[in-house]
Amino acid sequence: MDIKDIIKPENRVYGKTPLLTDNVMHYCPGCSHGTVHKLIAEVIDEMGIQEQTIGVSPVGCSVFAYNYLDIDWQQAAHGRAPALATATKRLHPEKYVFTYQGDGDLASIGTAEIMHACNRGENIVVIFINNAIYGMTGGQMAPTTLIGMKTATTPYGRDPKLHGNPLKITELIAQLDGTCFVTRQSVHNPGNVRKAKKAIRKAFENSMMDKGTSFVEIVGTCNSGWKLSPVQSNEWMVENMFPKYPLGDIKDI
Amino acid sequence: MALRGAIVVDNEKCKGCGVCLANCPTDTIALAKEVNSKGYNFAFMASPESCTGCTNCATVCPDSCITVYRVKI
Repeated sequence: MDIKDIIKPENRVYGKTPLLTDNVMHYCPGCSHGTVHKLIAEVIDEMGIQEQTIGVSPVGCSVFAYNYLDIDWQQAAHGRAPALATATKRLHPEKYVFTYQGDGDLASIGTAEIMHACNRGENIVVIFINNAIYGMTGGQMAPTTLIGMKTATTPYGRDPKLHGNPLKITELIAQLDGTCFVTRQSVHNPGNVRKAKKAIRKAFENSMMDKGTSFVEIVGTCNSGWKLSPVQSNEWMVENMFPKYPLGDIKDI
Repeated sequence: MALRGAIVVDNEKCKGCGVCLANCPTDTIALAKEVNSKGYNFAFMASPESCTGCTNCATVCPDSCITVYRVKI
């Protein structure tokens, strides 16, 4: 059979969802952000809620998420996405509201906002990308950086005596009564991408059921910051990140 | 029943990260020797006869630049 006979519209089984714009993403090659953007776009598309969804983009590499997903967006100051999402959801309870935050945004400068939003049980979705580094500003140490991990500000590796310990913020958030669904996923291989998509869909569905905050952590890569190739960073993540940040549902009620 | 597949890569959007190569179960995909306008060696279907249209490559593609087609023969 000739390739031309296979490449026909009726044989198309997978492709870019129309919810993603045609803009070329500014992310580095192999960045997890692109994959997670795609999953959110697919979930919104499949649920048919494009007109009812409002995203809050953070500060960091993913600040430009509003260029790539064709939905309504707001952009929050450093770490304040959950506060903005709280207001948006309370003013428009019929809308699906989600925040998209990295670890430098959510686990560092925005710790107060995320803790209190989750503790109040706001009916929002929080997508948290944990790549253990500040990507946009040049690969500095983040609260989630692993012990011994070399970054621009810890050139000899993170030393707990000097720099403190990695912050497992997802486990902390699971302790709060306001959250209904807390999970940790990754997007490094097809199986995990599908699991992550299911988790994101469940989180969006929860936000209309008045159950509380849904929190989805995605352990991702920052190959530029880690100074590895995209494929090597995925391997490094499996080897080093997953023992500290194990995948799976932490809370599901 | 056998499955035949084919992929179409948006060469200009592809950044040649190679994540699709690593996740292709049939080693169908390779990076081209040529580069696109941004200087990236884009992915292409190097051995079209082995593609089964499993969609693994497109599922993990961070830039959503792969479209997958599949037929049963």
